[in-house]
Amino acid sequence: MGAEVRGQAPRIQRYHAYADRIRPKPAVIHNVWWAFVVGGMIALLGQGITWGFQQAGLTGNRAATPTSIVLVGLGALFTGLGWYDRIVELGGMGGTLPITGFANAMVAPAMEYRAEGLIMGVGAKLFTLAGPVLVYGMATAFVMGAIRYGLGIG
Amino acid sequence: MMFVWAFLVGGLMCALAQLVMDALKLTPAKTVVLFVVLGAVAGGLGVYGKLVEAAGAGATVPLPGFGYVLVKGIDQAVQEKGVWGLFTGGFTAAAGGVKAALLFGLAAALAFRPKA
Repeated sequence: MGAEVRGQAPRIQRYHAYADRIRPKPAVIHNVWWAFVVGGMIALLGQGITWGFQQAGLTGNRAATPTSIVLVGLGALFTGLGWYDRIVELGGMGGTLPITGFANAMVAPAMEYRAEGLIMGVGAKLFTLAGPVLVYGMATAFVMGAIRYGLGIG
Repeated sequence: MMFVWAFLVGGLMCALAQLVMDALKLTPAKTVVLFVVLGAVAGGLGVYGKLVEAAGAGATVPLPGFGYVLVKGIDQAVQEKGVWGLFTGGFTAAAGGVKAALLFGLAAALAFRPKA
């Protein structure tokens, strides 16, 4: 834009400035920015919880598992209350990628399919996303672990 | 300082996931699985551990951290019990988070009704 503006009449310059101001930002930039903000905030919350557990005497990475448990609990609760949808609406992957989003992805379909019963409704739908995550995460970790074992760096 | 790194790294990881999802037109589920796999690969290469040291929850809260934890657990189990650790280490390391997700998930699904 900048190069075009020089040498144009003030009226046209003003028009370009105005058009730049009101032109909708490409959705991707908007999405990525809010993913950054929301994801960062949830990670920051996690760091705060970790800090709390460390103050309570859990040293180093022994605080990591309790932190995950608290975040998962919060994610499940917020999903139940219908609040987590709004976090995902705003943050996209910023809401979905953190472990709170993992809890959301378990609870939301389980609630939705409650009518199909406790076994194939709630029980099965809890694993709608958790299933693929576990299958491919475990498979990849197995291969990486085997390579590290083979190379003697395990 | 850890708090700043946690925010930045956690935020950047989610931003990257969003970018990949939008650019490749993936579903959220595919993106999440892809990033868990990437986390396990980065863990296996020894990269992700450094990120965790620097950024704490910034690296462990996003789900690539889950992939990393699986590999780390396998490493530990292999050291203790040899090759069988390849089978037990992943679930051992992930046990806390997965069990919590199951219990809280089940409780929330039974306690609440969908809004819409």
